[in-house]
Amino acid sequence: MKNGARRTWRLRLYVAGQTPKSIAALANLKRLCDSHLAGRYSIEVVDLLDKPHLARRDDIVVVPTLVRKLPPPIRKIIGDLSNVERVLIGLDVLPRDDEE
Amino acid sequence: MTAPVRRRKRPGNGSRPATRPLAKAPTGIPGLDEITNGGLPRGRPTLVCGGAGCGKTLLAMEFLVRGTLEYDEPGVFMSFEETADDLVENAQSLGFDLRRLSARRRLLLDYVQLERDKLTESGEYDLEGLFIRLGHAIETIHAKRVVLDTIEVLFSGLSDRLLVRAELARLFRWLKTKRVTAIVTGERDGEHLTRHGLEEYVSDCVILLDQRVMEQSATRRLRILKYRGSAHGGNEMPFLIDDHGVSVLPITSLGLAHQASSAHLSTGVAGLDAMFGRKGFFRGNSVLVSGTAGTGKSSLAAQLAEAACRRGERCLYFAFEESASQITRNMRSIGIDLEPWARRDLLRVHAQRPTALGLEAHLVTMHRLIDDWKPRVVVVDPVTNMIAVGTEIEVKAMLARLIDFMKLRQITGLFTSLTEGGGAAERTDLGVSSLMDVWMLLGNLEANGERNRTIQIVKARGMAHSNQVREFVMTNRGVKLLDVSRRADGSVAIGSARDARQPQARAADPKPRRRGVVK
Repeated sequence: MKNGARRTWRLRLYVAGQTPKSIAALANLKRLCDSHLAGRYSIEVVDLLDKPHLARRDDIVVVPTLVRKLPPPIRKIIGDLSNVERVLIGLDVLPRDDEE
Repeated sequence: MTAPVRRRKRPGNGSRPATRPLAKAPTGIPGLDEITNGGLPRGRPTLVCGGAGCGKTLLAMEFLVRGTLEYDEPGVFMSFEETADDLVENAQSLGFDLRRLSARRRLLLDYVQLERDKLTESGEYDLEGLFIRLGHAIETIHAKRVVLDTIEVLFSGLSDRLLVRAELARLFRWLKTKRVTAIVTGERDGEHLTRHGLEEYVSDCVILLDQRVMEQSATRRLRILKYRGSAHGGNEMPFLIDDHGVSVLPITSLGLAHQASSAHLSTGVAGLDAMFGRKGFFRGNSVLVSGTAGTGKSSLAAQLAEAACRRGERCLYFAFEESASQITRNMRSIGIDLEPWARRDLLRVHAQRPTALGLEAHLVTMHRLIDDWKPRVVVVDPVTNMIAVGTEIEVKAMLARLIDFMKLRQITGLFTSLTEGGGAAERTDLGVSSLMDVWMLLGNLEANGERNRTIQIVKARGMAHSNQVREFVMTNRGVKLLDVSRRADGSVAIGSARDARQPQARAADPKPRRRGVVK
């Protein structure tokens, strides 16, 4: 039941303002999702500068932080998402081999 | 209309330079504000470091709780290790209700979970999220105080150490712009103050906590390693964590500046008062009563206690050998009834096994009890039992602190000391006699198949006193002193031998410079 066809990815990207890192993160994420998860994902961008209370609620200290809300379990990926391979692992998109 | 006058201080008044004194935020922690001359640097971060279990978190928590309760300065506790529930539970043991404070928005607990195995890193990041989160927390409750416990977790949670370092430096600068007084905790690591060198970022004030186990009991110590722009004692101070929170014992500042009293205080034994020129010793004196087992040390202590209560003064009796009821019973057998005084709350007996606590903990406890209740007379019976929990040097140091503390408050202290039998009558096993103003030696004299008790005054600073050995008897109406009868050959007739002779009506007045010879 790993990459079942019905699985969808609900993603939330936390940033703090329009910094180069946050812009890069969003661009990297979109590109990656389009090529790997086309039609099976949704991205919500949360700017903590606008909604600072969400940092505590969702336990964010690092930005950018990408949170995989679905599929469970919740996972967090931090950084500008420039390392595609690691993002895919974090999103559980590539089938995992057992070497880690 | 007069403008409100806030400070009496005027510029140019006195020889002090015109620089503004360092603003401080009182911690409210007993003792800590004394040794820091007023608290932590206001609006700046202070580093509190120490090994695991040294009490960093509790000290930091108390700083926040007292800040909000006593100084109207709400605080944010950002915890990187313990969950909010754990913090609530631990603070409960100090009598702090964090849930209530949180509900009233006087305190904000925020647990930051940063676990590497739940986190995937991909590319560059920074800690702006932390800044926003903390900033929002500060604004939400108008916090004036902040604790970060311990922010070093960032180093284990994130792989980019250089980035974490740079961000921490930025965080500490940022904290100053927020004008919050902060405690940042760090874990001690071998030779290093903190595992990741937090001390590099906190330049204003560094406090080191330490817990060691000596002679099977744990003692906690606190040391101000650094306090920029402020005088501070560099000595190690013992501290205690109990159900009242943290108490630090200032030991350096007392010195010998106390005012010597010239008021007299009765010993409770008329014959003994007479040996001190009819008046007893001085108020605020420290008095050592030493002797072998069964010589009547506790009885003398009870007499002093009873006399104090009779005058309407409070007496605090630290009993390290017997329970309160045991003391009451034993003293009743010689006609000293302590119970009414206990009922009227003029006498309190604090009975505790010495081994129940470490030496420093005893000292802190005694300090607190004395400070809280403010007795005029304190009995420590016997002080020698303290050796069970410390070395002689430590016990002496501890006594010196206790005596200084009591002298500053003009509290008279009587310390009994159990000496070992046989020989060296004037040897106290503690070497504490130098700390004492008055030293009385109780003894047993065996002669003619009898064993009789004797008492002599070895020293009495600033007082004329008798140099004679007196016989010390316990009647059913308390302790009585009898003159020792001297035979023609100079030997002493005591007990039945004395009774056999006509008791001489001898002036009890001091006869200085003539020592009664005990043979």
